[in-house]
Amino acid sequence: MSLDAETVKRVARLARLRVEENEIPGLQAELNGILGWVEQLGAVDTEGVEPLAGGNPGGASLPWREDRVTGGGVVEKVLANAPDREGDYFGVPKVVE
Amino acid sequence: MLTELTIVGALKALESGETNAVELAEAHLRAIEALNPRLNAYVTLHAERTLDAARESDARKERGALEGIPLGLKDLFCTEGVRTTAGSKILGDFVPPYESTVTAKLKAAGAVSLGKLNLDEFAMGSTNSSSAHGPTINPWSPGNRKLVPGGSSGASAAAVAARLAPGTMATDTGGSIRQPAAFCGVAGIKPTYGRVSRWGIIAYASSLDQAGPMARTVEDCAILLREMAGHDAKDSTSADVPVPDFAAACGRSVKGMRIGVPAEYRLEGLSPEIARVWDQGLEWLKEAGAQIVPISLPHTKHALATYYIVAPAEASSNLARYDGVRYGLRVAGQGDGLNDLYERSRAAGFGAEVRRRILIGTYVLSAGYYEAYYLKAQKLRALIRRDFEQAWESCDAILTPATPTAAFALDDQPSDPVTMYLNDVFTVTANLAGIPGISVPAGLSAEGLPLGLQILGRPFEEETLFAAGAALERAANFSAKPGMVA
Amino acid sequence: MSYTIDGWELVIGLEVHAQVTSQAKLFSGAATAFGAAPNSQVSFVDAGMPGMLPVINGECVAQAVRTGLGLNAEIHLWSRFDRKNYFYADLPQGYQISQFAHPIVGKGEVEITLADGTTKTVGITRLHLEQDAGKSLHDQHATKSFIDLNRSGVALMEIVSEPDMRSPEEAGAYLTKLRQIMRYLGTCDGNMDEGSLRADVNVSVRKPGEGFRTRCEVKNVNSIRFVMQAVEAEARRQIEVWESGGTVDQETRLFDTGRGVTRSMRSKEDAHDYRYFPDPDLPPLVFTKDFVDGLKAALPELPDARRARYVAMGLSPYDAHVLTLEKDTAVFFEEVAGGRDAKLAANWVTGDYFAALNRLKRDVSDSPVSARHLGRLLDLIADGTISGKIAKDVFEIMLEADEDPASIVESRGLKQVKDTGAIEAAADAVLAANADKVAEFRSGKDKLFGFFVGQVMKAMQGKGNPALVNEVLKAKLQG
Repeated sequence: MSLDAETVKRVARLARLRVEENEIPGLQAELNGILGWVEQLGAVDTEGVEPLAGGNPGGASLPWREDRVTGGGVVEKVLANAPDREGDYFGVPKVVE
Repeated sequence: MLTELTIVGALKALESGETNAVELAEAHLRAIEALNPRLNAYVTLHAERTLDAARESDARKERGALEGIPLGLKDLFCTEGVRTTAGSKILGDFVPPYESTVTAKLKAAGAVSLGKLNLDEFAMGSTNSSSAHGPTINPWSPGNRKLVPGGSSGASAAAVAARLAPGTMATDTGGSIRQPAAFCGVAGIKPTYGRVSRWGIIAYASSLDQAGPMARTVEDCAILLREMAGHDAKDSTSADVPVPDFAAACGRSVKGMRIGVPAEYRLEGLSPEIARVWDQGLEWLKEAGAQIVPISLPHTKHALATYYIVAPAEASSNLARYDGVRYGLRVAGQGDGLNDLYERSRAAGFGAEVRRRILIGTYVLSAGYYEAYYLKAQKLRALIRRDFEQAWESCDAILTPATPTAAFALDDQPSDPVTMYLNDVFTVTANLAGIPGISVPAGLSAEGLPLGLQILGRPFEEETLFAAGAALERAANFSAKPGMVA
Repeated sequence: MSYTIDGWELVIGLEVHAQVTSQAKLFSGAATAFGAAPNSQVSFVDAGMPGMLPVINGECVAQAVRTGLGLNAEIHLWSRFDRKNYFYADLPQGYQISQFAHPIVGKGEVEITLADGTTKTVGITRLHLEQDAGKSLHDQHATKSFIDLNRSGVALMEIVSEPDMRSPEEAGAYLTKLRQIMRYLGTCDGNMDEGSLRADVNVSVRKPGEGFRTRCEVKNVNSIRFVMQAVEAEARRQIEVWESGGTVDQETRLFDTGRGVTRSMRSKEDAHDYRYFPDPDLPPLVFTKDFVDGLKAALPELPDARRARYVAMGLSPYDAHVLTLEKDTAVFFEEVAGGRDAKLAANWVTGDYFAALNRLKRDVSDSPVSARHLGRLLDLIADGTISGKIAKDVFEIMLEADEDPASIVESRGLKQVKDTGAIEAAADAVLAANADKVAEFRSGKDKLFGFFVGQVMKAMQGKGNPALVNEVLKAKLQG
């Protein structure tokens, strides 16, 4: 599978990364290099192998928390690093639905 | 020289009253002042804060296990009130309103933070040169040549080697503790996944990330790990297992220990120097009473490719939160919509390697490719873990080189990403399998650069690594110092 | 006859998002209360701060299992959380934690009741847990949207139905039933005004006997009435497209409640690719069958069971249906009926009581009359203290201050008169004043008997014991 320029643009858009037209050929070559390399996995027989998702060795299951309010109530801390604070809200360019 | 003290030595000197926390901190701050401009290890320093903490430590009646010990922190650990950047422009001047579990535990044990250490951007790299703060230089650099310290925790290793801290906090996703430790001639351990809480550590690849210590001795690493480790209810992947006295394990004999030697790690083109150190290491362990057994880890050859699917996939999702809305860098032109804001901020905020991994990760998860890449990689991951589970039937620990080469020059870096990724060839399997791995300095190359050996162990058997690591350390008697320190 | 529009059959499936009733959010300890000050119920996890990690709220798991049991569904002892990746201003992590490949609840079914009394089974495909997003306010500033993350991370259950519904009424009845079940279970308050329950409506049309045609999804419809309207509007639009020779494109649409039409929501260029993958921060969600059995044993009686019990008590299926629609109503009814004539109690609750609620714009949860007092009123009728007619007057007085009916009857002297002397005196007076009618009655106009009863009751201000009045009049007229 080889990425064409259109796919590079589509993926960049999915990832919300602005890519200039003149960056495309370089990126395309790099990504194809990496993908070409990882495609070696295709040759490995993985018939019947259960995919391993998590990092915990020996498996693990989800620990549960109690249904108790232990967080929130920190408006100032939540907003302290905001690039655009509007009152007690985060401001963003108007979203038109 | 107070900066020459190991953690064990410093604890003794503090206890006997030979020195105090303020003196120790001041000595390190002076060393930093002198060397940091050349090394670019620390990216955020806060001398007043450090000295305040040292004074508080000296005044404390209840002594913690690390009382008065100055430490450097990789700038991936969120520190309350202290800028945290992940080596990226995207975080701007982000000041966390919270403290990571690990650094909070160290603080509670009496440790004093010297400042925040450079790293590859978002821990993605093996050279510490992808940082927005510029590269960190390996203190072993001879003359005018600038060597890389390894990465991503390059500065954490460099600072320890250059005596700018007796110990540092680092993280390891594919080798980011063990590879720079080897390049800089220090010890470093990546614990079992789940041993140390990830809460408050900026995520790169969540199923692979694990924090660990770096120090000049194996025992110092053991002391630090004991304070860092433990169950944390705030991290759902944190393991609820007891934390043993790791330092005690350092004195344990390796007599009868079965050391596995994986045939597949004897790569074609492995540098003869590395091969020699590896053989030497096996010899030392044998002399100490260990038994050497050949083993096979047949899927190792696919570990890197597996890693470069899994890690970017997770990273592409983990780094989606850096969008210029709630914190960090925002770049927007006049009249830009929300998507323009995202795209501009992220393009301006992320460096080339991070962008590359986000794109790869986005692609391998996207519709139509998930099974061929991501699911396949997860199956390989299962096979790699199974390789180890089978190996543990015939051995207790595995000895391998830590890196395929010694530290290389900053301007000798391969421009091709795939060649660069090969740096992690020996370390990455431990992250994929979730097992612990330690890197111990074992000798010098012909050029006089440090070479490291890696020991891998069963899940939650870090004690075995400390025992074997300390045995190697005693045999190697590594006492060389970087030129700029000696 | 099945429902069609111009010969077209409708195929409808619903994806319902129900807010889980819990104190804290799904993966953080921030509160879930409605209407709090902006960003005041936001933890660092909910704000997507670097290094923050999710930890699941066990009660949300239990609530999902309870709901699954209420939907007669398979409960999966092993399930998993996946990340659904997309960018939006009110989605702080850049992904929603959801359950894509392995939901906590699998196939189930619910029975819906239609207006004509018939019932129908609607299949449940799955139920899964997921996080809600924050809220964007678009009307606060000329060029900016404001983001409030209070809802970010609140637990939702997404309940997906099979495409089993065939009319707007069925869609409405299904949503009504889901809401009813969850309110009985206490797993979702079903408050649609506060956004606790929203539905995405999938609609397609076809000629009877055909396979499925392309469907469209109408997003975020927030009332049962609007669901029914949206189904019809969308079906009519699609019929028009097909009939004019066009094809319906699969797309997401919005229901414009003002104009009563649906409109396209996103351009195709923006087609989503959610890149689902297992959330590496969250190991699988695993629990035992014992856990499920424990929850099952503690489940409250559900509406279907309750309805069947009411029918067995002698109520009409309709009354039983009406009384079980809301749990509060059923509980109220049972207190009124306790130890009394269930049918009489049902008549009073569905009759005078409901009428009064309607008139006063109140509901059972803030009832103007307590169930205890209404029950006492029935006792007063049963033991002959007052007549049914007087009871209605007493009830009106009770509505004002929820006073004990016995003391109302006492203080206002409404007690039924059983003294034959007083009744005879009143009867004599009535008969004397209506000598002409007495003559007519005696010549065979039997129907006038009722007139005399009415006059005597009127003279006694309704307090005469009806049986005694009858008896006395009968004796006097025949005598």
